[in-house]
Amino acid sequence: MSQEVEDYEVDKSQMRVSDKKAIDIKGMHKWYGTFHVLRDINLTVYEGERIVICGPSGSGKSTLIRCINRLEEHQEGSIVVDNTELSSDLKNVDKVRSEVGMVFQHFNLFPHLTVLENLTLAPIWVRNTPQHEAEELARQYLQKVKIPEQAEKYPGQLSGGQQQRVAIARALCMQPRIMLFDEPTSALDPEMIKEVLETMIELAEEGMTMLCVTHEMGFARGVANRVIFMDEGQIIEQNEPDEFFHNPQSDRTKLFLSQILGH
Amino acid sequence: MTKQVAYVRKEILGPKPPPNAQDRLIGWLRENLFYSIPSSISTLLTVVVLGWLLLGLFNWLSVSTWAAESLNDCRSIIAELNRGPDESGACWGVIRDRGIQLTFGFYPSEGYWRPILAFTLLLPALAPILFADKTPRRMILFSALYPFLMPWLLWGGTIWVPLGVMAGFAVLYYSFRFTASLNNLVRYAISLAVTLAWWMFGVPVFDSVLSALAPIGLAPVESRMFGGFMLSLTIGVVAIGASLPLGILLALGRQSDLILIKALCVGFIEFIRGVPLITLLFVASTLLNIFLPPGTEFDIIMRVMIMVTLFASAYMAEVIRGGLAALPRGQYEAADALGLDYWKAQRMIIMPQALKISIPGIVSIFIAMFKDTTLVSVIGLLDPLGLTTAIRANQEWAGIVWELYGFIALMFVVVTYSMSRYSMYLERKLYHEH
Ligand SMILES: Nc1ncnc2c1ncn2[C@@H]1O[C@H](COP(=O)(O)OP(=O)(O)OP(=O)(O)O)[C@@H](O)[C@H]1O
Ligand SMILES: [Mg+2]
Repeated sequence: MSQEVEDYEVDKSQMRVSDKKAIDIKGMHKWYGTFHVLRDINLTVYEGERIVICGPSGSGKSTLIRCINRLEEHQEGSIVVDNTELSSDLKNVDKVRSEVGMVFQHFNLFPHLTVLENLTLAPIWVRNTPQHEAEELARQYLQKVKIPEQAEKYPGQLSGGQQQRVAIARALCMQPRIMLFDEPTSALDPEMIKEVLETMIELAEEGMTMLCVTHEMGFARGVANRVIFMDEGQIIEQNEPDEFFHNPQSDRTKLFLSQILGH
Repeated sequence: MTKQVAYVRKEILGPKPPPNAQDRLIGWLRENLFYSIPSSISTLLTVVVLGWLLLGLFNWLSVSTWAAESLNDCRSIIAELNRGPDESGACWGVIRDRGIQLTFGFYPSEGYWRPILAFTLLLPALAPILFADKTPRRMILFSALYPFLMPWLLWGGTIWVPLGVMAGFAVLYYSFRFTASLNNLVRYAISLAVTLAWWMFGVPVFDSVLSALAPIGLAPVESRMFGGFMLSLTIGVVAIGASLPLGILLALGRQSDLILIKALCVGFIEFIRGVPLITLLFVASTLLNIFLPPGTEFDIIMRVMIMVTLFASAYMAEVIRGGLAALPRGQYEAADALGLDYWKAQRMIIMPQALKISIPGIVSIFIAMFKDTTLVSVIGLLDPLGLTTAIRANQEWAGIVWELYGFIALMFVVVTYSMSRYSMYLERKLYHEH
């Protein structure tokens, strides 16, 4: 698939990478049954980093970021998120989940609740925020993703791009310290991709720590401070975006880039 | 020659009414009844058959009488109405004569107000559940009270028993809170045990002490006095009210990761589904006595209600499991990712959607179950059908069929039809996705 690479204007003044570790993955392995899907993953993410993960289909990108908030369980190695180690201790899992926001490819909004209810549900029931405060917060974030007028509608009445922005706002309402995105734009039409990416860029500009699986190379160039390339369940290469795109080292990376950029 | 491709419209057309719009009726008739020759023929045939049936029904109803004291009496009145000897008519005298019995069974007549009040109060108790958006929130308190109020009104006895049973829930709550430091499983076990102990040993003491101080209560009515439509409603309401929550728990248990719980639920569901209701009712009426310690009096209606509830909840569990299976995995994942725990996710995200998908199935079970309450006549309970045997055995009304069964059918239709209308209303209301 060839794809035009669009470049985005990004204000980098607020982006700062601190030396505090947000996520620390060491020697992590995961199997689905007997299938070795993630192999020896070592990855440290510092606060304020914007990391883009790319790689061919089936390379384990989704599985990796789903392990970070334990939608999937890893079997070997360690994952430490914000100083909390993910283990079978449910208290730790809950703690990590409430600090990590996640945005899915297919939005996964709750269709039986209005947009506002989608946003306030977790603050009210997980954080015990009083309802009116939660609603105020929700409206604030809807404003931020530029759809304040949709608060009373149901997800089914919104366009794909609007739904994905609601999903981002829903994750933000828990005021997470880290945001995970799993191909947030790949179920969207081109015009909608742009509005969602703009929301994500704004988030990056405010200094959010972000881990983003995406094939939007323009976004990677403009926003990411690090690009990670995965294949066959392993991290093959990682580098700063400029180096990554112009001077890839591994043959697999070169092949992947030539396919995705249509060179 | 090159074909002309370019084209520019010169005048813009305004909107025009659709064809047949002037002649709505004819258009509608043509579209719905006389679309083609076969459809016209079938329309005409249907009209003829329907007309014939309605005419017969009308003739029968138009010569009906309420006055007669017995079937023979009625026949002669109808003959006098002078429509010719082979003309038939409806003898509603049986309803006037036995209607009260068909409604209340042998319930003492000075206590009729009690079932009437109990089932009238059912409406305000149901309203906050059925029409949650149109009733004040506070009314749900009354709904919570109702399960204790209804048995007390129907069976009577001191008021301290239902109050004691209610207090059991407070016992449950506090024993759960006071054991907060313990492991979850132990907490459940301890608080359940304490509550059961309160219900079994605490409540009788509580009742006898307070009754001695303040003997407030209603005259007790024994279960064998229950009968007629009131019995059907009692069994139906209890079974419907109890089978939904039980079915939800069974469906969740069947999906559980805990192997033991899963096996237990699967075993229960499959066992119940493999046995006809009538067998369970026989078990309730005869076999159960063998297993219970001798001398225990275990109310027959209570036994029947438990069996019908268990029966319905197994089917309910399967219908709800279908709803659960229809939910995309993403819903569970989104709930997990937001940090909702299992029960919160079930309550806010999963169940509302799964139940919504299952509404038609759930209501079918409700309707089927309500009709199945008539099976209790087989084990000798006097529901409306059980009473017909007695009425028809009496020489006054021996031989009457249509009026009696028609009346009972009508009462059942009213209830089942309202249920099906309500489910349609609910489905429409909950339809958000476009
Ligand atoms: N629940 C599962 N059970 C078994 N295998 C799975 C499961 N989920 C994913 N896999 C397999 O694991 C591998 C990695 O899947 P993953 O979804 O992480 O890939 P991905 O890199 O996100 O791909 P894509 O770009 O298509 O989303 C794939 O081969 C997939 O078939
Ligand atoms: Mg994926």
